Amino acid sequence: MDRRDALKTLTLIGSTPLLAGTADGATRGGEEFVGVLVDTTKCEGCRSCEEACAAANKLPAPPKDDNVMASERVPTPGQWSVVNRYKTSKGEVFVKRQCLHCCQPACASACLTQAMLKTRQGPVIWREDKCMGCRYCMVSCPFDVPTFEYDKTVPKIGKCQLCYSRLRAGKKPACVEECPNEALLFGTRRELLEEARRRIYRNPDTYLHRVYGEHEAGGTLWLYLSAVPFEEIGFRKPVDNAPLPQLTKEFLYAVPVILTLWPPFLLALAKAIRGPKDKESEAGDAQ
Amino acid sequence: MHSELTAQGSLLQRFGRKARFVLGEFRPKGELLTPFNILSLPLIVLGLFLIVYRFVYGLGSITNLSQSYPWGLWIGFDVVTGVAFAGGAYVVTFMVYILKLEKYRPITRATILNGFLAYLFYAGALLLDLGRPWNVINPIIGNSFGVSSVLFLVAWHFLLYMIAELIEFSPAIAEWLGLERLRRLLRKLTLGAVIFGITLSTLHQSGLGALFLMAKTKIHPLWYSEFIPVLFLVSSVFAGLSMVIFEGSISQRVFAPRHLPASPAADHAEIVFGLAKICCATMFVYLFLLGLVLVHGNHWALLGTGWGAWYLVEVLGFVLLPCVLFAHSLKVRSALLARVAALITMLGIIINRLNVSVIAFKWYEPVRYFPTWMEIEVSLAIVLLEIWVFRWVVKRMRVL
Ligand code: SF4
Ligand code: SF4
Repeated sequence: MDRRDALKTLTLIGSTPLLAGTADGATRGGEEFVGVLVDTTKCEGCRSCEEACAAANKLPAPPKDDNVMASERVPTPGQWSVVNRYKTSKGEVFVKRQCLHCCQPACASACLTQAMLKTRQGPVIWREDKCMGCRYCMVSCPFDVPTFEYDKTVPKIGKCQLCYSRLRAGKKPACVEECPNEALLFGTRRELLEEARRRIYRNPDTYLHRVYGEHEAGGTLWLYLSAVPFEEIGFRKPVDNAPLPQLTKEFLYAVPVILTLWPPFLLALAKAIRGPKDKESEAGDAQ
Repeated sequence: MHSELTAQGSLLQRFGRKARFVLGEFRPKGELLTPFNILSLPLIVLGLFLIVYRFVYGLGSITNLSQSYPWGLWIGFDVVTGVAFAGGAYVVTFMVYILKLEKYRPITRATILNGFLAYLFYAGALLLDLGRPWNVINPIIGNSFGVSSVLFLVAWHFLLYMIAELIEFSPAIAEWLGLERLRRLLRKLTLGAVIFGITLSTLHQSGLGALFLMAKTKIHPLWYSEFIPVLFLVSSVFAGLSMVIFEGSISQRVFAPRHLPASPAADHAEIVFGLAKICCATMFVYLFLLGLVLVHGNHWALLGTGWGAWYLVEVLGFVLLPCVLFAHSLKVRSALLARVAALITMLGIIINRLNVSVIAFKWYEPVRYFPTWMEIEVSLAIVLLEIWVFRWVVKRMRVL
């Protein structure tokens, strides 16, 4: 990250208060957020996306054997995207999991160095040169997405970057490009939500009438369509609909108030109360 | 010309004398082979070795931290609990320098020193836990300000507060070095540092609680509420003062013969009663707040579960009980009872802070985090090291 970029992010943060966000939380700095729509009814579990992700991000190649899907997996430092198989009320369903790229990400608001950064286009990226490895992002993420390399001398935080560098070069995320079944669709978040609703409207009996990620944690860039209740396909953790950074908002707003009001108050108090030994103690010491 | 040279010469000489004096002070005073030393030294050496090992082979090499438990004993005990115990410094400086309660002046320096060292070592333990500590300068030099981060705020406040406490303590250092003019100068800064320190403490004691606000769905509802910051702040008052009572009674016994020929034990008992009164009152407020939070969250049903029982143990056994004991100690004028209450209170704070940060955190996970013996040993080594430094200072400067 060069100087100019750093300056840009600083002014970006300065001009658009992270906490305020926008009305729908779906845009920043006038640019529309992008996203990916996952149609779990179309996924066949071929795991091409896992391979594409590893290749695009120079991660170790994912295991070839499909038996790895026998148990539920979560993203790891070495594999940012995993496909899980679920036995559901409507048969086998495959679900790709990765960072959901929240519209107002808890991880980025938790990060004290802005190593986790919500970019203007929407992807939440991690920047190696900033991160101090405190893992507060992991504590804060409602989906437990970021992972940490506990076994490394120079550890990194691993999570999906939504192929930010590819997007900047005008390309689609690698997983979307490689999916042979059109289970993944890339576009602006607004278009994707419209498309998701269109699909539900056209096939009301196939789809659950809900788009996961529309409201969860204040909305996410990754959106999911499903035929079965989301609890059956791994989305079990309760997640609030309010954006998480709002939880610390009041506290953070109180800080400057206390910082400006406390000292004069304490000073006035100290001056108002004259100790019995005031003169003495001024000349003396703490004893 | 000639006189200038001699002036310079004498300045150099004086500096040389000071340097020799400071170096001489590093020689141990008193007996080396005390039971405490024999016990603690190997533990400290082992702890330091483990710390080096951890930096070479990664955090996972000696800790049980995992992807689901990113924070363990070092954050939960050293940082979150340690800083609560250090809260005594801001409360006592408030009483002495703002409210002018002269009665507590004799314990001021020891409390400030204790607070400063607690921050140095326990907040410093945060560095051990960082995966990429060399980047810790980023949020300090302004390379990257994460202004929306509670941790950013807390980290900065740790740093500034340590400076404030160092200023508050600095007259003792100047005195030790025999620099009378400097001492008087530093004395003038005390009130400013105290006011600044109290402000910072209010914010970061509550900030430590605010750290967990975003973990809303991860912490058991009995321990999570939007009032965590207030609860942390209020409990830091009696946590800090209990620590002062506890530390005071030990220092009295260990150092008193040498340093406190003039201060009778009765005086100290009076101080203990005063502190016990404040503890009792703030614990009452705290209990009241806990009740409000419980009503507000409507978590009655949860009290019947195993977690509810554990919650009740914490609140009844380690807050209500010591609160009552403090009150009783005042009635029967028993400093010993107050000290017992302080000890129970401290245990309660450890339980509470660990509950929020580790035990009730991800309470639903099938595989729970439990620290390795090495994590415990490093935490122990840090505490012992702090005691060593405390003792070193107390034996040289006028603290008690
Ligand atoms: S899912 Fe977690 S890691 Fe991804 S953007 Fe949201 S808070 Fe951050
Ligand atoms: S571990 Fe790194 S990315 Fe995560 S909050 Fe800490 S500094 Fe930010």
